[in-house]
Amino acid sequence: MKFPERWLREFCDPPLSAEELGERLTMAGLELESLEPAAPPFIGVVTARILSAEPHPNADKLRVCHVDVGGEAPLQIVCGAPNARAGIVVPCALVGAQLPGGLAIKRAKLRGVESQGMLCSARELGLSEDHSGLLELDPALPVGTDVRQVLELDEAVFDVSLTPNRADCLSILGIAREVSALTEAPLHPPRIDPVAATLDAVRPIRLAAPEACPRYLGRVIRGVDAKRPTPEWMRRRLERSGVRAIHLLVDITNYVMLELGQPLHAFDEAKLQGGITVRWARSDETLALLNEQRITLAPDVLVIADEGGPLAMAGIMGGEGSGITLDTIDVFLESAFFAPAAVAGRARRYGFVSEASHRFERGVDPELPRRALERATALVLELAGGSAGPIDEAVAPEHLPRRDPIRLRPEKVPAVLGIPVAPQRVVSLLRRDFLDVREEEGAIIAQAPSWRFDLALEEDLIEEVARLHGYDEIPALTLLAPMAPLPVSEAERTNGEVRARLVLRDYHEVITYAFIDEALERELLANEDPILLANPIASNMNAMRSSLWPGLLQALQTNRKRQQARVRLFELGRCFLRDESADATVAGFAQPLRLAALAAGPAAAEQWGIPLRPVDFYDLKGDLEALLAPLTPRFEPALHPALHPGRSARVLLEGQPIGWIGELHPQWVQRLELTTAPQLFELDLPAARRRPMPCYAPVSRQPVVQRDLAFVVDANVPVQALLDALHGEAPVWVRQITLFDVYQGQGVEPGKRSLAFRFTLQHDEHTLTDDEIEDLLQRFRARLEASFSARLRQ
Amino acid sequence: MIDPDGLVEAARQAFAAATDPAELERVKARFLGKAGVVTEALKSLANLPLDERKRAGAAINRAKAQIETLLEEAREALARRRLEAQLAAQALDVTLPGRNGSIGGLHPVTRTLERVEALFRSMGFSSVDGPEIETDWHNFTALNTPADHPARSMHDTFYLQGRDDVVLRTHTSPVQIRAMLEHTARHREAASMPDLRVIVPGRVYRVDSDATHSPMFHQLEGLWVGRDVAFAHLKGIIASFLRAFFETDALAVRFRPSFFPFTEPSAEIDVRFTSGALEGRWLEIAGCGMVHPQVLRNGGFDPEVVRGFAFGMGLDRLTMLRYGINDLRLFFESDLRFLAQFR
Repeated sequence: MKFPERWLREFCDPPLSAEELGERLTMAGLELESLEPAAPPFIGVVTARILSAEPHPNADKLRVCHVDVGGEAPLQIVCGAPNARAGIVVPCALVGAQLPGGLAIKRAKLRGVESQGMLCSARELGLSEDHSGLLELDPALPVGTDVRQVLELDEAVFDVSLTPNRADCLSILGIAREVSALTEAPLHPPRIDPVAATLDAVRPIRLAAPEACPRYLGRVIRGVDAKRPTPEWMRRRLERSGVRAIHLLVDITNYVMLELGQPLHAFDEAKLQGGITVRWARSDETLALLNEQRITLAPDVLVIADEGGPLAMAGIMGGEGSGITLDTIDVFLESAFFAPAAVAGRARRYGFVSEASHRFERGVDPELPRRALERATALVLELAGGSAGPIDEAVAPEHLPRRDPIRLRPEKVPAVLGIPVAPQRVVSLLRRDFLDVREEEGAIIAQAPSWRFDLALEEDLIEEVARLHGYDEIPALTLLAPMAPLPVSEAERTNGEVRARLVLRDYHEVITYAFIDEALERELLANEDPILLANPIASNMNAMRSSLWPGLLQALQTNRKRQQARVRLFELGRCFLRDESADATVAGFAQPLRLAALAAGPAAAEQWGIPLRPVDFYDLKGDLEALLAPLTPRFEPALHPALHPGRSARVLLEGQPIGWIGELHPQWVQRLELTTAPQLFELDLPAARRRPMPCYAPVSRQPVVQRDLAFVVDANVPVQALLDALHGEAPVWVRQITLFDVYQGQGVEPGKRSLAFRFTLQHDEHTLTDDEIEDLLQRFRARLEASFSARLRQ
Repeated sequence: MIDPDGLVEAARQAFAAATDPAELERVKARFLGKAGVVTEALKSLANLPLDERKRAGAAINRAKAQIETLLEEAREALARRRLEAQLAAQALDVTLPGRNGSIGGLHPVTRTLERVEALFRSMGFSSVDGPEIETDWHNFTALNTPADHPARSMHDTFYLQGRDDVVLRTHTSPVQIRAMLEHTARHREAASMPDLRVIVPGRVYRVDSDATHSPMFHQLEGLWVGRDVAFAHLKGIIASFLRAFFETDALAVRFRPSFFPFTEPSAEIDVRFTSGALEGRWLEIAGCGMVHPQVLRNGGFDPEVVRGFAFGMGLDRLTMLRYGINDLRLFFESDLRFLAQFR
């Protein structure tokens, strides 16, 4: 809500500066967005009458003007404006003037002709963007007067941001009421006298949807002159309130709306057929709106119709066909109350908002239409002439909003606010706020004024009390509460601990958008039914991610573009999948938290003491193992659409699949224009957080024995199979089986590889004998030979 | 006649001159060997009278013992020098960088999140989480924002294709409803309902994108429901949290009336630093208020018995203020040159 200071002060004029007033409004919940003078600073510009305007001897487009600025002799000023002509009054920057932007006016010669100042356009004074010609002022103005004074350019313009509950402040009167309540300065609402009818003309009104429109007033005004100019004062107030002046009749309706808060609509009466009906639209109806949009109406859109069909979207926007123009002679003025629920959301559905819909969907005072109509009628008759018919009102009182008395228990105020507030204070604050208050045994009964749509509950009144009392007056207190420990599960790492493990393994955390390119969902992740946004912010951010990998890959690309060779990233976040099972928190969707990591480029940061080599599968696998330790995941070869088919594995923990690890598929390396293949893993976060409770076992005091055996097996036998077989044979005193060498090459026949295991042996109770050890190794040999045709390597 | 003192002195000099063990052993033979000077000296006593022989013999034997001690010392000195030379040869350039010394870092918003969680935990708030694809009911209706409510236009909402009953949550407030329902269900049988004290950090979504708006960002919701909770306590909690978070008492906190459909009274919280880099104007930092009675009812509480307060603030905003970051978009660009500044 934007408005000029003087308009407000006409209705309520507290002894406060504009800045102080702005601060008070902010601290009352009407946040001051800006407070600026109506025009940027300039000095030395006065009103001047052009006495003559002769062609310049040396330039086609320039004129030599003689202007009267109230001095002893006229000034000679060279001017290029097309509208420079004798008789008009315009702003003149005198020699020595400073214009906005720092332009200083000096005596000058223009194409050989002396110029003693500058005649100004609106743009040159910073008043608007209009630079089509000189700013023509009221010709009746005395010459030589400071333009800032004449145009009231020093007044402040307030811009206040209003919350949706305070529609009652969407007018000068509303702001004035608020200022009065805050400062106790008296309120001077505009005096509105009924305009007596001088015509009999009425147009019958029928409320066919009284629940949506319980009050509709109309008035015929005939014989107006729509072509008369809007007076300067009205134009100025409209423009300083952010409303463009259009033509007199429209300007009057807008002026009354800004002044009182009642949106009005003016129809060209000559274009109406028969009576007015306020009804719900029929689904086959269409309407061409004033904003040049043609819409198809829906049955929940309220319309103003005549016998020929819909004329306007009620409370939202008028129709093209019935609107007033400069040629309008007879007017039908509408002033109505439309229920918020009947207006809410409709304009937005058709992709626009209007001043009227903005107000009606938040609530317009249902008692205002008659006063607003009288006010508008008076202005039309005064400024455009014509004669008015009587007001015709249709009303369905049972559907008007009710303002039931609200019961406030005085002890609730200190209980909710936490400070003592005496009942007398509560009563006086509510009265200042225009509530009708009476006291009963143990309760304050308050009735909200008709313009307040936000006061219905006890809590609403408490908020008003707090607001007027001043939020600043409420201290910051400490609340005592019973101490009780919050649960801390030792069997689960916190997200922070999980992150810390990866940070120590040299990964940087990233946060990427949860919406990604649908193409990546479909192609990289083979998701045939991605979850798509109805209104994505960009076409490549239209699908909810089912994996964190696309985000990490995009982050890799970003960093590659910025010459980062070594990139190690992780992200912890939600993924989104379709899930028709009954246990989904939100039906239809699984939203698991996942943890993913990516490593690309050199395995270690370039350094004198580590040979440079690209990061590989086993580097990442090591990081994953360190992340989950002491739990040991298993890895089984499996195919994933994003991964290299020979370098990808499903990760299992305690028999359950918990994620994937692998190298990005070469096709994708190429498609994403990456120079080397990144390594990736992704895990369910709860699995990564799992941590077994330690359980102490006595440490054996017996000597430790180590034995090494190397086996030659087919190269395609997975190590895990051998390890499983060995563990299957091992008694409890086999403490550890370590694969310490993998060898292919000379001495091992092609297609085979040598795997060397170290067995760490220690019995709990006795020193192991050579027989026991030899027996064990023999069993290992036999088992691997039987299962894998493994041969002991000599 | 042999001079025993001269003998010892000669041995000292000879031992000192030896540069390796072999030479030392040769020198030793010269003095103490079978044909060595000392042996010869003792032999030469045979012709002396008894008295004299005893005296001279004792002197030579003292000298012999001294020479043996000197020899031992010389051997140790040689060994020590040898070790020193060996160690000197093994010396490293300790200024060469160590291996694998690099570590990663947390995202700055996560740093803030962890601090915020720790601070609120120390005040007895536990941290809870909720879905990001949220039902329209939890996100709006249960929070007093039914369809077509003008307050919905405050949130530019992302919708999903084919499902008009769900949204990407526009704030963390729907988790208030979930936490209240869970709490009231769990303690339904309790003689007196314990207070509910939670914070909800999380990602939220709005259709908006520029230097100060991101379509995805982070909020922190806080909620305390109990019998004695009042607006002044909300002010107390927020002010003490902010001072602890920014680690300064030079911080003014201001509450300003505002509107949220799910709180009543409602406030906007502004802070102003009274010293330091951020000193100056009021900065909007959070919204808050007393939980609306209908919202308490939607959460299973009886608003005649308990009251609650709730607040919501931008984790990204806190992070930007804390570290002097001026563009929200940096958080989501994953640029390592940015991220590496937060280790």
